[in-house]
Amino acid sequence: MTDTNARRAALVPGSEGAAQGLDAHLVVDRGTFRLDVRLTAAPGDVVALLGPNGAGKTTALRALAGLVPLSDGHLRLDGTALERTAPEARPVGVVFQDYLLFPHLTALDNVAFGPRCQGFSKAEAREQAAGWLERMGLAAHAGAKPRRLSGGQAQRVAVARALATRPRLLLLDEPLAALDARTRLEVRAQLRRHLAEFEAVAVLVTHDPLDAMVLADRLVVIEDGRIVQEGAPADIARHPRTDYIAQLVGLNLYRGEADGHTVRLAAGPAITTTEELSGPVFVAFPPLAVTLFRDRPTGASARNLWRCEVSGLETHGDQIRADLTGELPLAADLTTAAAAELELAPGAAVWATVKATQTHAYPA
Amino acid sequence: MTPLDKSGAAAGPRPGRPRRRPVRAGRRGVPLPLLVPGLVALAFLLLPLLALLVRAPWATLPDQLTSSEVWAALRLSLLSATAATAVSLVLGVPLAWLLARTNFPGRGLVRALVTLPLVLPPVVGGVALLLALGRNGVVGQLLDSWFGITLPFTTTAVVIAEAFVAMPFLVISVEGTLRAADPRFEEAATTLGASRFTAFRRVTLPLIAPGIAAGSVLAWARALGEFGATITFAGNFPGRTQTMPLAVYLALQNDPDAAIALSLVLLAVSITVLAALRDRWLTGS
Repeated sequence: MTDTNARRAALVPGSEGAAQGLDAHLVVDRGTFRLDVRLTAAPGDVVALLGPNGAGKTTALRALAGLVPLSDGHLRLDGTALERTAPEARPVGVVFQDYLLFPHLTALDNVAFGPRCQGFSKAEAREQAAGWLERMGLAAHAGAKPRRLSGGQAQRVAVARALATRPRLLLLDEPLAALDARTRLEVRAQLRRHLAEFEAVAVLVTHDPLDAMVLADRLVVIEDGRIVQEGAPADIARHPRTDYIAQLVGLNLYRGEADGHTVRLAAGPAITTTEELSGPVFVAFPPLAVTLFRDRPTGASARNLWRCEVSGLETHGDQIRADLTGELPLAADLTTAAAAELELAPGAAVWATVKATQTHAYPA
Repeated sequence: MTPLDKSGAAAGPRPGRPRRRPVRAGRRGVPLPLLVPGLVALAFLLLPLLALLVRAPWATLPDQLTSSEVWAALRLSLLSATAATAVSLVLGVPLAWLLARTNFPGRGLVRALVTLPLVLPPVVGGVALLLALGRNGVVGQLLDSWFGITLPFTTTAVVIAEAFVAMPFLVISVEGTLRAADPRFEEAATTLGASRFTAFRRVTLPLIAPGIAAGSVLAWARALGEFGATITFAGNFPGRTQTMPLAVYLALQNDPDAAIALSLVLLAVSITVLAALRDRWLTGS
């Protein structure tokens, strides 16, 4: 966090010299929906916009690219105001979700398109494009039309095409969403490498927390057009502040008032934690930390023991994820064997416990 | 899923195990109330063409066709139809783009007006052209007094009349293709530094080329067969404004054999065009 703050301090407009990187306040009004997001990033930063569908991530990206006009706010890139600049005049490259490679052009000419528009001759543009394809390991596919490329290859051509204009801001809209699981793993690693080499600001939009955490230095979580949390991936994973993020990172999350080791939830029971805090806090614990019993466990302390009912069961990797309602709504993970032994079924009454050491409380 | 998979597997080639079931199912599925009218329609469409072939004066055909009047009419027809198509392309494609890609008040009305010549009787179109571009027409009198240009009853008038009736075909066809084409390709081009026009020229135009080709063929065929507007606006002067359809009609009055011969030529031209473009767009749609 301090690292980010230091970077941001260097970006304050009007400070010494031209501020490098991105400094944006994006406001887009669309009738019932309003996007209002502040984004700053230093050159070399990779920022991920994470959020549920309809949160406004893609609108934010389109606003940065100039494909959607700003209703208010500002957009500065390396000290230059861009909010009134036409998209074709912005030093911005975009990798679209389904790549949008021009189907009538070869991979080479797709990549050469940008340099051509920048005024390079056909031969020069092609030479540059060949260099980019080489870097992406696609030299052998330079003459292929997009429909002959695999998903992973098309994605790399799309990245090469965006980079070939030498943008100061690279935007990636769900760059891995169109790939199947296996290709995705491979392409994600490659993209991570290319993003790490990229010297300007990169902003990517994703709804996949893993993509965000692997690819980005900083996450900005958007819900309903607003930023609900931002910070380093690890920090957000440990300290989720909304149900959406908690669900993404697989944590049970509650909000309450702390008094010493006890956190009293607004509606419901108290949770005992190891942290000693006071005031409004979040409490989080992983589903794996929950232990279920059919009968009230004897001998166990009454702390962090709740009477619940199974509302749903689903397979979650090699675990069974049980959704519980009752005193404390929570998700619990248990092995298939344990689930069978407990004869768990929707509607079954269970006791759930969590050790205080497995919980984590932090100020809200 | 299962029934789909089954039929898919049955339709696919399976070496060593021929399956006839889909074929039989296809035949069994044609109800008589559809089959009979369908065959009648087919006969109705083909019979006149057959009659043309049956009654053709094959013996005297070479003489009929080598007359200079026939060649003049054919040449004029091909040239004017091609010119009308060119005019339609140059003006119609941008109009189609405006209709498909921009939003302006009254766009629906403009679109309806564009299609009006499709349903307007061509003779009415010819009268309207006379009133607009004729020597005393709204614009025509200005052309006459300012530039000394008189359009009616010239070859240019033939091209104008044909373009007037043919362009809507092209506009509608291209607009439909544009609407079906993903506008985000233009956005992608824009983010790569292309102006909107460059994006249109280098991305959209190649993408909608099949639609433009289809529209051009429709427009060209419509222009080739144009009769009403042409005879009204351009008259019927051999060598200058007498196109093939006009020549056919005139010949039918005093020399039916010549009319049949001319019709055969037009039929041959039409079939040639269809055959030449079959692979390009007929099978594609």
